[in-house]
Amino acid sequence: MGIVSRGFSGRGRSGDSERLPPGQYRTRDFPVLSAGPTPHTPLDEWSFTIEGGDQPVRWTWDEFRALPSETVTKDIHCVTKWSKFDTEWEGVAIDILLESVDHDHAYAIAFCDGGYTTNLPLEDVTDGKAWIAFAYGGEPLDPEHGGPARLLVPHLYFWKSAKWVRGLSLRDEDEPGFWETNGYHNYGDPWREQRYWGD
Amino acid sequence: MAGTAVLGRLTWLVAEVVETRSETPHVRTLVLDVAGWQDHRAGQHVDVRLTAEDGYQAERSYSLASPPGEPPAITVERLDDGEVSPYLVDVAEAGDRFELRGPIGGYFVWEPDGSTDPLFLVAGGSGVVPLMAMIRRRAAAGSDVPATLLCSSRRFEDVIYREELDQLAARGDGLEVVQTLTRAQPPGWAGYSRRVDVELLREVAPAPDQSPRVFVCGPTSFVEAVAEGLVSLGHRPGRIRTERFGGG
Amino acid sequence: MIRLDGNSIAGTLAELFGGEMTEAQGICGGCGAENFVGALHVYRAAGIVVRCPSCDNVLMRIVEAPGRTWVDLQGVTTLQVSR
Repeated sequence: MGIVSRGFSGRGRSGDSERLPPGQYRTRDFPVLSAGPTPHTPLDEWSFTIEGGDQPVRWTWDEFRALPSETVTKDIHCVTKWSKFDTEWEGVAIDILLESVDHDHAYAIAFCDGGYTTNLPLEDVTDGKAWIAFAYGGEPLDPEHGGPARLLVPHLYFWKSAKWVRGLSLRDEDEPGFWETNGYHNYGDPWREQRYWGD
Repeated sequence: MAGTAVLGRLTWLVAEVVETRSETPHVRTLVLDVAGWQDHRAGQHVDVRLTAEDGYQAERSYSLASPPGEPPAITVERLDDGEVSPYLVDVAEAGDRFELRGPIGGYFVWEPDGSTDPLFLVAGGSGVVPLMAMIRRRAAAGSDVPATLLCSSRRFEDVIYREELDQLAARGDGLEVVQTLTRAQPPGWAGYSRRVDVELLREVAPAPDQSPRVFVCGPTSFVEAVAEGLVSLGHRPGRIRTERFGGG
Repeated sequence: MIRLDGNSIAGTLAELFGGEMTEAQGICGGCGAENFVGALHVYRAAGIVVRCPSCDNVLMRIVEAPGRTWVDLQGVTTLQVSR
């Protein structure tokens, strides 16, 4: 640990809480962290696709927004050590999207505008654990935070909640994504502090 | 360069605040004593790391305002939603310590080298800090290479180093200082009164055929707009060096 | 603020490569553009992403962990470092 600077405590942080995974600090902000420039895909060009069934299944924005959606309130945890409690999202459960896909695969690779990818076991995006979110805090999702739509998987570190998501590719074999191939943990459970390879 | 050869492994040093100097209502200079400090070059910066009692750490970069040969000094602007800057501007006082790494940077650096090509320095807000190190270096060296500083600030009271810049420009050694105030101007203001745009650059910058060395520093959007503006006026991209500042 | 430039990671790169790197020149494997490292676009996400200012191709990915750092330089065809 570095030398302690008298009178420094950082910004808006609260003390210990059972809701904080190990090594995390609670923030009241919502930091913007992006791996690249913010894409601006017009909604009339946007689509969401699930590949891996007999045929790809594709929804336009209007078709996507016509699907049943729900509002959920979740704590989110970023590997860069900030956690934010009680974030409110509106989105379509991945379970709903998968109802249209006949498949037998074990893994999902999320792919996004700008080229970002992340990988998850299918069981981590089903049974009410994941959404394609299009609204945050009651407002349409800001482009800086992943709008028009991002993947939301709150039980894992937030790099798995891919911004600007455009689809899922369902596979039999896992394929580590953008960060998983460069040091970040392949699974990423904040409660077991799985930040890096070998954790 | 001697400085680069000696660099070796970059490690965290301990800095102690020796003196603080208020520059504007939001900006303060901290003069530091750093054990193990090697002399720096004008334009370089340091990384500052603060650690709280519970182990929480935050790290930010700050440009050195002092010229080579003088004790290291950083000038910091307090950002309302900042994490490190409010500590450095409002809390830290003489005797306080924090960790520091540097000096660092070789790309955004200037020193007099015998070239007579004019220098064009463009600053957005606290982006003036590394450019001021260059101006102070130039003055200390008795250089008469033509130099123009174009500085953009919100209001008169936000202009960092205003009096010193007026004094240096009054020496008549080839330094020109042009100020623009973007939000409000005092009565009788003789400088520019708007954001830096292509027309303003055309009026203030040395002509492209003089092949000026250009350094632009400030917020990302400012830096990118100015660099694009200069290129559209015919300046070669290879003669323009940029340093983007972020939040703190 | 979404992006900064190579100057902002000068310290990280100096620790990694054992010397000043912002004056090094890199050639983008995507479009061939040559730029000083100090002029490259830098994004901070879960880790650091360095992109080509001309084509946005990912040139470097850097992840810093306690006691180890991962660097991916696949996007850079050639890095010229002066000493």
